[in-house]
Amino acid sequence: MKVSVVRNVLEANERLAQELKEVFAQRGILALNLMSSPGAGKTSLLERTLADLRDEFKMAVIEGDLQTDNDARRVAATGAQAVQINTEGGCHLNASMILEALKQIDMEGLDILFIENVGNLVCPAEFDVGEDYKVTLLSVTEGDDKPEKYPLMFNLSTASVLNKTDLLPYVDFSMESAMKHMRALNKDIEIFPTSCRTREGLDAWYDWLRSKRAGKKK
Amino acid sequence: MHEMSIAQSILDIVTQEMEKNGLKRLIRVKVKHGALTNTVPEALETCFMALTAKTPMEDAIFEIEAIPAKYKCFSCGTEFTTEERGRLLIPCPSCGEDFGHTVLAGKELYIESIEAE
Repeated sequence: MKVSVVRNVLEANERLAQELKEVFAQRGILALNLMSSPGAGKTSLLERTLADLRDEFKMAVIEGDLQTDNDARRVAATGAQAVQINTEGGCHLNASMILEALKQIDMEGLDILFIENVGNLVCPAEFDVGEDYKVTLLSVTEGDDKPEKYPLMFNLSTASVLNKTDLLPYVDFSMESAMKHMRALNKDIEIFPTSCRTREGLDAWYDWLRSKRAGKKK
Repeated sequence: MHEMSIAQSILDIVTQEMEKNGLKRLIRVKVKHGALTNTVPEALETCFMALTAKTPMEDAIFEIEAIPAKYKCFSCGTEFTTEERGRLLIPCPSCGEDFGHTVLAGKELYIESIEAE
């Protein structure tokens, strides 16, 4: 007997992601899914952002990692709430992990929830974690061909942080080429060239956060 | 290896569909995946085999078919496909526009049908 099924393989994840979206919408929380390869600077960007905007917003972070709670400790040092998820080898976060982690977060009055995904340019793009926006980081040490090589992540991202611009004099990285490919994949993508070390470009990123946060007000 | 999570989801859906239809033995499962999903067909098949080993599903045929990426040109509206694996970003063949094409197909990942008895 042949049965026509036609069911989305990721439907279970999408159902849970929808539940998360409803929680975030009801509470007016801006949820961002930060994705990048390992070492692009997701945690550094969070450290800066959490410290610089702490008087303005109440923020929390869900940290996804294969092992260790190093990042959660770094983030917690800024005073923000941080919850660690150890995926024990898993290459991405999914919606059920976020639902579980959310139980440990005090959502009262929370303005922004950052979800720091596992460092990986491939798998995290496939799994919706209930976020309002996906933000992909790319650092200039990784090569300007990465958007072309990992198209889905950049296609789905609303914004991209091009980090470590202070290293541009030392690497063969064409900002023009990287930005061109990002826009080819996604013409409306907002690109923020930044250096978390020198703080260059962070103000534009903060303004974007403010505008997106304002759009989520209850 | 997100293919393992995907294979597990496939297995869950197949199990539900078989129970719903009172079927006991899986013969074939047919999955379609878009070229823009990050799915490696060989890895997905291996994961499915690993998950079904020593179960009543172990002899089932796992069939996976790619759906090419299809775009609509941002500039002139021409629809075009790219079937070449690993080269998913091409300029519009009609007007040469590089940017902003709308993805019409290529992000799908679904189970089309199962055969079972």
